[in-house]
Amino acid sequence: MSTAIGHSAQVGRSVPRLEGREKVTGRAEYIHNLRLPGMLYGKIFRSTVAHARIRSLDVSAAAAVDGVHRVITAEDVRSIVPDPYYGPVFRDQPVLATGKVHHVGEPVALVLAADPHIAQTAARLIVAEYDALPAVFDEVEATTPAAAIVHDVLRPAGMFPDLKHLEGRRNTNLHLDFKLRRGDVDAAFAAAEHVFEHTFHTRQVMHTPLEPLVSLAESTPSTVTIHTATQMPSVARVFVAALLGWPENRVRIRTALLGGGFGAKTYVKLEALVAIASLLTHRPVKISLTMEEQFFVITKHANTLRLKSAVTRDGRIVARRCEVWWNGGAFADIGPRLTQKSGFTAAGPYDIEHVHIDSYAVYTNLPPAAGLRGFGIPTLTFAYESHTDLIARALDIDPLEFRRKNILRDGRPQATGTPMKDAATEAVLERLAKRMNWDAAFDRGQGTLRRGRGIAIGFKASISHTTSVAIVNLFADGSCSLYCNTVDMGQGSDTAMAQIAAEALDITTEAVKVVHADTDVTPFDMGTLGSRSTFHMGNAVRLAAEDARDKQLALAAELGLPPETTPSAELFRKKYGMQAGNIIGIGTFNPHSVAPDLASGLSPDVTPFWMVGGTGAEVEVDTETGHVRILRLVNIADLGKPINPQIVETQLSGGAVMQLGCTMSECMEYVDGQLTNGSLADYKIPGMRDMPEYMENDYVDSRQHSGPHGAKGVGETATFGVSPAIVNAIHDAVGVRLTALPVTAEAVYRALREQHNDPLEEA
Amino acid sequence: MNPDTVPSVIRFTLNGRPVSASIAPHHNLVEMLQDSFGLFGARESCGQGLCGCCTVLVNGAAVSGCLFFAAFAEGADLVTVEHLASGEQLSPVQEAFIETGAFQCGFCTPGFVLMVHQLLDAEPEPTDDDIRHYLSGNLCRCGAYPEIVKAVKLAAQKLKSRNAS
Repeated sequence: MSTAIGHSAQVGRSVPRLEGREKVTGRAEYIHNLRLPGMLYGKIFRSTVAHARIRSLDVSAAAAVDGVHRVITAEDVRSIVPDPYYGPVFRDQPVLATGKVHHVGEPVALVLAADPHIAQTAARLIVAEYDALPAVFDEVEATTPAAAIVHDVLRPAGMFPDLKHLEGRRNTNLHLDFKLRRGDVDAAFAAAEHVFEHTFHTRQVMHTPLEPLVSLAESTPSTVTIHTATQMPSVARVFVAALLGWPENRVRIRTALLGGGFGAKTYVKLEALVAIASLLTHRPVKISLTMEEQFFVITKHANTLRLKSAVTRDGRIVARRCEVWWNGGAFADIGPRLTQKSGFTAAGPYDIEHVHIDSYAVYTNLPPAAGLRGFGIPTLTFAYESHTDLIARALDIDPLEFRRKNILRDGRPQATGTPMKDAATEAVLERLAKRMNWDAAFDRGQGTLRRGRGIAIGFKASISHTTSVAIVNLFADGSCSLYCNTVDMGQGSDTAMAQIAAEALDITTEAVKVVHADTDVTPFDMGTLGSRSTFHMGNAVRLAAEDARDKQLALAAELGLPPETTPSAELFRKKYGMQAGNIIGIGTFNPHSVAPDLASGLSPDVTPFWMVGGTGAEVEVDTETGHVRILRLVNIADLGKPINPQIVETQLSGGAVMQLGCTMSECMEYVDGQLTNGSLADYKIPGMRDMPEYMENDYVDSRQHSGPHGAKGVGETATFGVSPAIVNAIHDAVGVRLTALPVTAEAVYRALREQHNDPLEEA
Repeated sequence: MNPDTVPSVIRFTLNGRPVSASIAPHHNLVEMLQDSFGLFGARESCGQGLCGCCTVLVNGAAVSGCLFFAAFAEGADLVTVEHLASGEQLSPVQEAFIETGAFQCGFCTPGFVLMVHQLLDAEPEPTDDDIRHYLSGNLCRCGAYPEIVKAVKLAAQKLKSRNAS
């Protein structure tokens, strides 16, 4: 077969998604669809209380139901795993609740039956009795001396040196206190011409992938295979193997296409429970969560953020103090890493001499929280861009001019001290101004419909220190497979990776088969998260494809054939006398970085690359109802050179839409730790009719010099500026400042009534 | 055996073929299509008929398969997303979804594709507002809505030129 196209032009082309046909015909492979012979369905019995000792657990009625195979409790789990706690940063999460429960919805027991309806019915017959403990739900209150304590003792998982000092600590909910100290903020505040201080709040929201979390394990006495909808096949294997006390090679993680992820399908979620259930029963075990259950598994943090800035009379920010409380819920998950890695950008993309950041990871009795499309950045941007806008207004400086004065230019040190490199922050701001026609007159509406506009800009450091490995396998007929553990959850990575491989091999993208993660076959990758794949895996794939190409050229030279970069069957026939053999190229990418110093939070090289995103919003506020119409939303990104322009644009658009939900409607409502809106009937994610009237996405001309073909990540970039741009636009329209998300019509209406000294009574 | 769960055999037309299935009274359409026919295009997500992922056409009308008892399919004419392409030839709606990049993870896509077929049957030249209104019962968490609107318009053009020729 010949797949040669003579001259490679794969990168930079809007190749339609390789799996498009499967998706539009309903034939795409998801773990959701998988069934195995003899399989049992697991249904989880969950805690109904927020914080309590388990006095008794009676599963006898459930076990007696006709068709129930077995009910598994914490005691059964311990027969296989004596210390059944897991977690990427702290070993705080039990496979099943052991001794006590920490939040409503925590798994307490698992019912297994061949018929899922029987398992579900039986799970309702389990009776748990609890001795209630005092509970704490607010992230600031949880750090006060009188607060209920969620975990008796802190148990760092041992991977991170900045957590060692917390080992064995008792009587605290604070499980990471990241500090950044640059310059002398106290002196700067003492000498300041203007000081501004504001506090902001966000509430817990949920990722809501439409394919709910699902895992299916099958086992032999010495191996376990977990088919799972995970964004992190390699790391899930590391953690499950560690929990079982097995070498990694006895645990196999397989995945397929994911029906969305957004950060929910990371680390260990259902994988440990299905693995242990399969080992206990010697049967395949599948757990498919319902949409309601997903609210109890992983969420995005609620936050309190306090920002204080010292500003000169002519509008230069000289000092900024940031205090950020991250409500991590009952289990740390990856929250402490977010607290640090996003924490060090809490002062915003501004050139500020004196910076003081305290970023606190806090346990409470809510469901656990971790990264959701932006790893904390959209929350931080909401705070610092609202704060920035308020300062500009107070000083009567145009918000665009104020940002221009203070913007962090390439080459200048970020708060950590790392010089900015390949971050087109200024270009993003200028493009935003241009696309918003900022200098032109603006229709401000009239009567009860008032119009306003706002802008915001944010940035993010890529995750470090991480590794990606890729393998390119050329088969004897000249066809090619790419083995990589980057998981396509909708972001188009299969297509982008195939484009990068095809470019090096001088073949069409469509000729590359991307082998989905199977850790028995596919090599290590840290995970599909944090917009890291295009850069990290993209570089590894490029290296692997170049390695295969070089080996092929060497083979051609050895055989006396002309140098041909395109995979060809003739080479193999000549070498092996028949259609046989492989050429295997390997690429490993592990970019340099230096973790922030423990005491100062400073680093000379804190990240492999920066992402920059800005949003402009034009809104119309109905002053009689508080309803906000988004007339226009403009999203501008620095994403380096796009590998696939069409997919890049949909990533920008999708990121903005997701953050629009977090801005306008999404919020998990609680009464005493009980979630009251845990279904799509009550928890409102954006639909067609919630779209802005006009939405535009654009990217600036830039290049990430260390990226594959100049590219870098884009999956989160358009989320950064959405919330503050809208809040700033509402202020511009009606003169009220919303300092909390979400910006519901009720919140806006209450603010309008307060503005008129006629506050609405609390509901 | 509990009489409430005794299976019964129902007969109906599925994607143009007469078929039968053994179902219990509590089984819904999605379960029956998946378990008895290996059709996974209709899939349960929210479980409340609010997201559209489980859309199936029953006697020409879109229903939420997660709320529709399988028993009600007795004698009915069912069409799933798997029936829209003829062999290798995708429907104009499916082609338009691919060409405009109107999906990301693809989990909601079959539901959207079926609804767009139904929309264009009823209204061959829908406005933006028609499209937004008609598809407001389908959710896409990846946020491909702007591209879906483009796909509907492209599909409308394709159908128009196909009917003209």
